[in-house]
Amino acid sequence: MLQPIIRLVTCGSVDDGKSTLIGRLLVETDSVPHDTVAAARNIRRTGSTVVAGEVDFSLLTDGLEAEREQGITIDVAYRSMSLLNGRRLIIADAPGHEQYTRNMAVAASRADVALVLVDASRGIRTQTLRHLTICSLMGVSRVAVVVNKLDAAGYSQSVYDGIVSELLVAANRLGINDYQAIPVSALAGDNVVVRSTNMPWYTGPTLLEYIQSWSKPEELLTKPHMGVQLIARAENFRGVSGTILNGTFVVGDEVVVLPSRRRAVISEIITYDGKLERAGDSEAVTLVLEPEVDATRGDSIELASNFTPPADRFNANIVWLGETKLVHSRSYLLISGSTQVPAIVSKIKYKFEIATGDHEVAEELSMNEIGVIEIATDAPIALTPYAEQRNTGCFILVDRSTLNTVAAGMVNHVLRRSENITEHKYEIDALARASQKSQRAKVIWLTGLSGSGKSTIANELEKTLFASGMHCYVLDGDNLRMGINKDLGFTRADRAENVRRVAEIAHLMSDAGLIVIVALVSPFASDRDSARDIFEQGRFAEVWVKTPLEICAERDPKGLYKKAADGTLPNLSGVGQEYEPPTKAELVLNGTELVSENVRKIIEELL
Amino acid sequence: MKSSSEILKALENESIEILRETAAAFRKPVLLYSIGKDSAVLLHLAMKAFHPAPIPFPVLHIDTTWKFKEMISFRGEMAKKYNLNLLVHTNQDGVSQGVTPFNTGASEYTRVMKTVALRQALDANAFDAAIGGSRRDEERSRAKERIFSVRESGHRWDPRNQRPELWRTYNPKITNEQSMRVFPLSDWTELDIWSYILEHDVPVNPLYFAKERPVVFRGEQMIMVDDDRFPLINGEKPVMKQIRFRTLGCYPLTAAVESNATTVTEIVEEVMNVKLSERATRLIDGEKEDSMEKKKTEGYF
Repeated sequence: MLQPIIRLVTCGSVDDGKSTLIGRLLVETDSVPHDTVAAARNIRRTGSTVVAGEVDFSLLTDGLEAEREQGITIDVAYRSMSLLNGRRLIIADAPGHEQYTRNMAVAASRADVALVLVDASRGIRTQTLRHLTICSLMGVSRVAVVVNKLDAAGYSQSVYDGIVSELLVAANRLGINDYQAIPVSALAGDNVVVRSTNMPWYTGPTLLEYIQSWSKPEELLTKPHMGVQLIARAENFRGVSGTILNGTFVVGDEVVVLPSRRRAVISEIITYDGKLERAGDSEAVTLVLEPEVDATRGDSIELASNFTPPADRFNANIVWLGETKLVHSRSYLLISGSTQVPAIVSKIKYKFEIATGDHEVAEELSMNEIGVIEIATDAPIALTPYAEQRNTGCFILVDRSTLNTVAAGMVNHVLRRSENITEHKYEIDALARASQKSQRAKVIWLTGLSGSGKSTIANELEKTLFASGMHCYVLDGDNLRMGINKDLGFTRADRAENVRRVAEIAHLMSDAGLIVIVALVSPFASDRDSARDIFEQGRFAEVWVKTPLEICAERDPKGLYKKAADGTLPNLSGVGQEYEPPTKAELVLNGTELVSENVRKIIEELL
Repeated sequence: MKSSSEILKALENESIEILRETAAAFRKPVLLYSIGKDSAVLLHLAMKAFHPAPIPFPVLHIDTTWKFKEMISFRGEMAKKYNLNLLVHTNQDGVSQGVTPFNTGASEYTRVMKTVALRQALDANAFDAAIGGSRRDEERSRAKERIFSVRESGHRWDPRNQRPELWRTYNPKITNEQSMRVFPLSDWTELDIWSYILEHDVPVNPLYFAKERPVVFRGEQMIMVDDDRFPLINGEKPVMKQIRFRTLGCYPLTAAVESNATTVTEIVEEVMNVKLSERATRLIDGEKEDSMEKKKTEGYF
């Protein structure tokens, strides 16, 4: 099936003659009003070399005042034109200058076909490679490489052949399969719409022929998906409205609502123009589900026999668009279709140099940089690999304070950890288990410097509770490092993982109905906050055992401060590494007071 | 060749998706209704998008008091037909200051009676999203505008700092100072609009169809004398001409074209053959190059 609308992105700079090429394409397909063409015959920009009385094609596409002053295109401009085979072409004209990578990503994100300009006299340049890389990254399915200005190169076949062989190398590296190098003169009109008589040695398609013969690969239309935009309600009617992507739904299909995985059957497909038996790719419809299962905006609907398991951790390519840098472990809003969910970039694996494809270790990403990240969402979401399905494998990240769009993301794969896992609900819960022990489950999280007295307090607290018949357990940081955490060191990342594991263990134990006492330095606020986040409200209490550093160093029960002073222990909290004082602690203890007094405070205020 | 049914269907689907997204993602959206052909299509699409439920947002008309009489009567008919929650707003300050298209320059008149009026109505009702019928093929600065276009405080458009818009994933989030303009017809062309009106029998204003109407000539433009507020210059006499309008605005600022097109089919043929840009008949746009971009940065649609 031929799609009625083809979307084209154009990449190249003013110097490559891009505006002239698009202008020529528009005029020769009779897509520009005649008065506009007349104006382009009369108006000249400063420094223009177009002969008087001829059309300056470049004037037909450059829009904004600021841009015309500079003679460059700074934002994406969209233009429609009718193709000669009755289809419609929507051109997204992307700026060519390096600093505007983000605009190119915007223009390429929806494009089916890309037009990449190469100046025949200059050959494949760094910028060409950048354009090809972005097209490949954004999943543009067909690439027309226009070798322009061949008139100035004497319409030479060897110049063209040289560029074709260079291109082959780049396309192989980038995995671009459907591409064609077309020898063109935009200025003279060769091989744009009209076949050139100056280059009889070229037998391939003209630019227009190549563009208008594109069709969407059939294998992309085998997994129907509908993102629920809204619930349509009328008298005795409830349906889910949205646009179908990637395939066709038929009345009677068994579907699942994601992420809940509730099952239903499509009983009707409703449109204003009547009920449909089937609805395919890109159709905006309303589905009636039988039974009327719970579905809300942001959910998606897929076939029960072929659906994407929702997951909450993904490996993804990302183009950073924001003016402020990507901050690792900061919370952003992830939007994909109508789905919105808070998400954290848990790891920047590397960034890559777009011209060469070289990987480079990165701690952060700045505007226009491209990287590979791991991202964790607050709730499961059904995202597919971008290479398989573009519209359901993409997402944007939104800064939660400015609300600006700061990143474009493309899923590479689901991280194995969360794939195919659903929580099973058991009928005996934490409350029941704790009641059986006549207590309330609780986690007392003692944080503080080494030597502040955490373990001593934990020990006394457990003894006191045990004596009064309570069921409790101490998780001691040092003790756990002898077993489950023995693979971890003391770097920032290892400390985060250490805290995560201890928090998960505490969570299991409190779920078993126990009172859990954690004695762990846990020096970083963000790690402690992550620990708090996995517990239900009121289950977790942070207790800061606040003891001055000098006193801890004087006590030095494990000899750590001495080692730090000798320089043999670089990462000691409070010395070589920072200890971030708690700001949300439920209780602050004075570590120089009597242990029994501190134990009494914990029991009175928290248990 | 008129736009094919397949192209119209694809455009319709996309517009419906945008309308649904706006209705669901914003606190209080409104649809800007100008009574013209684009608005007619927009209303028709809104009705389709939410069927069988009614259109879930109100419809706002900015009335400068200088609209053609036939526009105002048509507005009432449409409100009834589509069962609209219709709001009409006029800048009363402008009226009491006596601002008219005859005593005030076109740019200033438009700023006071249209741009300021629109800002007043949006602010007074605390609308956070305004849906408009602008198309990218109308004018060059429109060609660069996003579908979901953020307005800063004072409804200011900042064309140099637009929010990136990728795939079909729209970011509807705005701060308290910002508002959103939404353009579901962005990718449509003038010919698409008429082809759609033909295919779906969408009701449009009678002024689009050729008829004998009284006009006077001002320079190369023909202006219709719609009521007795029109000041005739020494001895000038309106003459009857077979005319129609390509766009509808305030009658003293909208030039007519000579035409024999009395049906939508004939209009579609005319649009395909007359290769002049549509806004050539708007007196104000020609005042200075790029005036649309200037108006838009001030909050115009």
